[in-house]
This record gives sequence, structure tokens and C-alpha cells, in this order.
Amino acid sequence: MKGETMIEIRDLEKSFILHNQGAAVIPVMAGAQLDVAAGECVGLTGVSGAGKSTLMRMIYGNYLANGGSIKVGEVDVARAEPREILTLRREVLGYVSQFLRVVPRVPTLTVVAEPLLALGTPVAEAEARAKELLSQLNIPERLWSLSPTTFSGGEQQRVNIARGFAHRYPALLLDEPTASLDAKNREVVLSLIEDAKAGGAAIIGIFHDEAARDRVCDRVVDVTGFTPVRAA
Amino acid sequence: MTPLLQVRDIAKFYGGRIGCTDVSFDLYPGEVLGIVGESGSGKSTLLNCLAGHLPPDQGEVLFDTRADGPRDTVTMSEPERRMLGRTDWAFVHQHARDGLRMGVSAGGNVGERLMAVGARHYGDIREQALDWLDRVEISGDRIDDRPSAFSGGMQQRLQIARNLVTGPRLVFMDEPTGGLDVSVQARLLDLLRGLVRDMGLSAIIVTHDLAVVRLLADRLMVMKSGHVVEQGLTDQVLDDPQHGYTQLLVSSVLQV
Repeated sequence: MKGETMIEIRDLEKSFILHNQGAAVIPVMAGAQLDVAAGECVGLTGVSGAGKSTLMRMIYGNYLANGGSIKVGEVDVARAEPREILTLRREVLGYVSQFLRVVPRVPTLTVVAEPLLALGTPVAEAEARAKELLSQLNIPERLWSLSPTTFSGGEQQRVNIARGFAHRYPALLLDEPTASLDAKNREVVLSLIEDAKAGGAAIIGIFHDEAARDRVCDRVVDVTGFTPVRAA
Repeated sequence: MTPLLQVRDIAKFYGGRIGCTDVSFDLYPGEVLGIVGESGSGKSTLLNCLAGHLPPDQGEVLFDTRADGPRDTVTMSEPERRMLGRTDWAFVHQHARDGLRMGVSAGGNVGERLMAVGARHYGDIREQALDWLDRVEISGDRIDDRPSAFSGGMQQRLQIARNLVTGPRLVFMDEPTGGLDVSVQARLLDLLRGLVRDMGLSAIIVTHDLAVVRLLADRLMVMKSGHVVEQGLTDQVLDDPQHGYTQLLVSSVLQV
């Protein structure tokens, strides 16, 4: 059963202006509309360069919107102050990107527990959840005390996923969460997504893996419809 | 929530030249603000105006004091400002030797700040100094050594211990990782992040290293020729810079 609308996007616009390349204006999005309800997973589709990641980054407040609104819960990300976005990211909106970005030297266990620690969760509880996720994702225990910066690509991706799922965010953005994973770990990630949905999370995902998309997404939205017609 | 620091229209001129001008922002408790820009952009001038080291020519710097709420630190008396500098404020200099007393032992450097706020019991002071040396990963058996016998990275960590021992609420940092090699930098960044989170500190960090601000700062301010050309969420300013100068700055970083 679908819940209340968690993410509501209206008339979203975006262009990049490259000041150092003759002030070239590159329109990348116009008139984007999207609603995602609690407990629903929406897959974004469209050819490479159509603006899937751009849309995700705008929802996360990483790219600035030029027009329209992006409501996540009560906050309009397109207009919010930096500290409102930071609070939203801490409490409500999670993002699993394709890249792990961490302070060097911090142990994997702390990297995964960090989103919970930032919410004031007691260390023991946060680490227990981190351990649970790391074991689920088959990261060997002997690696937990090491920094993930030296891990393989697949291992880093799994640490990134564990970190993204540590706190049970009511809204979640997933950028190719199953890329570069073997069958066993892919299965774990898909079940984490299904659990998050069952827990009422509104999820927007990019999946090039069609079987994964068919399994977890309730519907797909082709972002090509939001791409402005470029002047020839 | 009351901002910890409210900066209103600060300007500083050196004769006819602009040091910095038109700077206004709010800093909330627990927030870390990064200020970036190339040499001569006015970022250190601004930091020194905010920290009371340089008198600005115009504007207000309202600090939310524990006793009386927001007070303008520009117009308050020198003793009051000094008291803030010893208690609620801390200043971490780029060169540790500017922030340390090189002729006094490591323990003395940490203890001196405690004594300045009234601590008198020698045993307690030494114990707190030991605790802080441990927190900044300096071995306790170095407590009686002078900082001149320390490496650059250790001196910088000692400076941080000396500054944080009195539990300040606002820390000013001027290129805190400048001049350190990268492995030492990483260690210092990790330490600073942990301290900011655990102590709920607010901080203003001036640097020209964009990687440092990405990891430490919540918000970013970009300065050029004394003006703030862009400010916003750190990752937004770095990943989707709006101003031509910021675009140039971000695209000039060498990829490792």
C-alpha cells in the first residue's frame, strides 16, 4: 500500500553556465515533475546524459535548481538554507552515490556508523548496526578496523551501501547500487532496498541492471521527457 | 536557534586598497564554515577581523556570549575581548610556533591556558594536559619536552590541544593543515572532524585547499579581491559552482 507523498517535484529547471568557456549556457532540465510516496520505489530511466544523475543531485541539494520546487518532506530543497539541507540530509534524506568519499585513516566500522553517530545514537548501538550491515554485505571482519580507501572497487561500493542504509532514512536516493557487485551481494542489496520500502521509505533509484529494476521499482520514469530541446 | 556568530557588513581597508568588504553571514552552533580563495583574496584579513586580531573599519561581529547573549566584539572593551580569546574562542595558526610558547614544555603550553581561566591545582592541570595530549595523539612521556623538539605535525596537534583544553565554542583556523605532508594532514583532519562532532564546536577555517574544506566544512564561502563571490553548501559550491571565479578555482585542482 502506498503512503503519503514524500518527494514532490514541480516544474524543475536547470542549466549550467560555463563562465570560462564563453559563458556557454547548457540547459539540462525543464519542466520536471515527479511524486514519490512513502513505501514506493521509482526508477529513473533514459539514455546516458539524459539527466538521471543530475535530477538525483538536485534532489540532494548538490546541484542548484534554477526554477521550480523539490519538496522532500517539509523542506523545499530548491529554496532551503544550507543548514536546513544539512539537517534534512542527516535525518530524512539518504544518498548512496557511486563513489565512496571518506576522510583517510578512518576505520570502515566508523565510516558506516557515522550517519548514526551524527544523529546522536550511542556508539555501541551505532556500531552494532554497522557490524550487522557489514556482515550482511560480506565485508570480512578483519577489514572493519581498516580504512576503506585501500579496498577494491566492489568492497568500497558495499561499504558505501552499508553507510547509506545505516540510518533508516524516510527518503533515499540510490545511484546504481548494484553496479560492480557479484550475484550474492546484489541479492543482499536488493533485499535491503525491499526492507527499506517495507519500512516506508520513499526511494528514487537509477538501475542499469534491468532485472534489479523490475524487481524493486513500482514504476519507472523516463527523464528524457524532462530534457529541454537544445538549440541546434 | 540563535546564531553563535552574526557577521554584518564587515569591511577592512589598507589605505586605498580593499582588504575585505561587504561580508555578512550567520554561523550556527555546530557549524563549520570554510573560507577559500587564492592568496591575497582577503580571507586571512577577514578571519583576523572576526577573531578580534584586526579592527575592521566597518561592520559588526555579534557573538552569542554565555552571560549576556549576542554582543558586538568589535566595540567591546579590550579586556572583554581578551577574555573571550582565552575562553570561548580559540585560534589555530598556520605556523604552530605562532600559537605556541616554544620555550615552555608541552604540558606547560596546555596548562597555561587553563591557568589563564583560573585553574590553580597543579595535579589537576597536569592531568588535563595529559588527557589532551592523548586526545591529539601525543605520547604522555613527551609532556615535559619543549615543542621545539617536536615535528611539525606534532607541534600543530599540540597547538590544537592548547586551544581546545578550555572547551571553546568557536575555533578560528588559518590554514591548519598548510605546510604539513599529506599523511600528517589526513591524521589532523580526522582528529579535527572527531573533535568538532564530539564537542559540538563551531569553526571557521581559512584554507586554499579545496579537498580540506570538502571533508571538514558544512558551508563554503569563496573570496576574490576582498569580496565574497559565492557561498553555499560546501558540496554544492564545489560540484555546481555558479560564479566564474569558483568554476575556475574548482577546475584548476589537479586530479590525483
